[in-house]
Amino acid sequence: MNMEFIPARFVEQLSKMGIGMLVIFVVIGVIILTTLLINWLFSKK
Amino acid sequence: MEILYENLLKFQWQDIVMILLGCLLIFLAIKKEMEPSLLLPMGLGTILVNIPGSTALLGPINELYNAGIANELFPLLLFIGIGAMIDFGPLLTNPKLMLFGAAAQFGIFFTLCMASMFFGDIDAASIAIIGAADGPTSIAVANTLGSSKVGAITVAAYSYMALVPIIQPPVIKALTTKKERMIRMPYEQRSVSKTTRIMFPIIITVVASAIVPDATALIGFLMFGNLIRECGVLDSLSDTAQNVLANLITIFLGISVARNMTAAQFLQPDTLLIMGLGLVAFIVDTAGGVLFAKLLNVFSKKKINPMIGAAGISAFPMSGRIVHKMGLAEDPQNHLLMHSIGVNVSGQIASVIAGGIILSMFG
Repeated sequence: MNMEFIPARFVEQLSKMGIGMLVIFVVIGVIILTTLLINWLFSKK
Repeated sequence: MEILYENLLKFQWQDIVMILLGCLLIFLAIKKEMEPSLLLPMGLGTILVNIPGSTALLGPINELYNAGIANELFPLLLFIGIGAMIDFGPLLTNPKLMLFGAAAQFGIFFTLCMASMFFGDIDAASIAIIGAADGPTSIAVANTLGSSKVGAITVAAYSYMALVPIIQPPVIKALTTKKERMIRMPYEQRSVSKTTRIMFPIIITVVASAIVPDATALIGFLMFGNLIRECGVLDSLSDTAQNVLANLITIFLGISVARNMTAAQFLQPDTLLIMGLGLVAFIVDTAGGVLFAKLLNVFSKKKINPMIGAAGISAFPMSGRIVHKMGLAEDPQNHLLMHSIGVNVSGQIASVIAGGIILSMFG
């Protein structure tokens, strides 16, 4: 198996790192807000 | 007489090395109790597939692999069992803890960048998902992407999950001060309604799948298991999912993953590199969670113990317990368990979402 070391690829993938973390935080953020909403709607009095 | 030694002459040194590796996995499983439910069947499977002329490789192990690994079925079925085992109660009382679960997935994407320097996109992405700290997610993603490194990735993922008690504490201590580790976080007991507990898995499935459709199967099966648990009318199914189903699939998964543990596939120079990158993923995951908590402390009046950020990796419940123990070691009155377990279960959710993101980027 040919394995080359190409340091420039680290920089090329940084955009994917940024997008990936952004998407995770967006999804988690929406889930948090929805959970707070259902907690408020269905909380035991 | 030739029949007695004919096959013995076919052994090569690589076969011997892999058989010894299989024995090592079994030793770690039994003696060190490192993820025995996976490492033991993997270990024996490794022995079976590396004996020259073995019918196990071409026969039943291959059939099991095609039946459940090649189509990602076994990891998904295992997720039903895992979902049925998880209590989201601590997380539902404080949903903001999910942010730490998100932050602790940073190691996946950092390792993607690192692995890309040595491997093509598919293998780099598959190696990166070791950072999900979740065996079924790692196997499902690596297989879906068609990576040729599934064997090494699986061994790395499960080995490091078992080594979390050794990996995490030094990283946490290096990134925090004693004063920070002693921050108290009182737990306010709040009840969560049954309706909320039932709505939660449904909402997570819809929200996560709508934004990241490639995560639908992973998140859906996980939340299906949780819904069985929380609905209150399927106790026997919940019990079956948590015990019989989970154990059965674990047996099949462990032994069929060994199909990728042949000498030709595993004994490659890049296997060591994959093990190293897997370790990087776990370390950076831990660092990501801790540093995110410290960042929040800059803006927050109510201080957070940054150690709970480390519990955001998906190694449940080990990581949560480690953080709790470290908190008690610094201050015997500082009980972080409910917070750390809440963060830990959020890591399970976030890791599955991260798996879906990786699939959508590279699938």
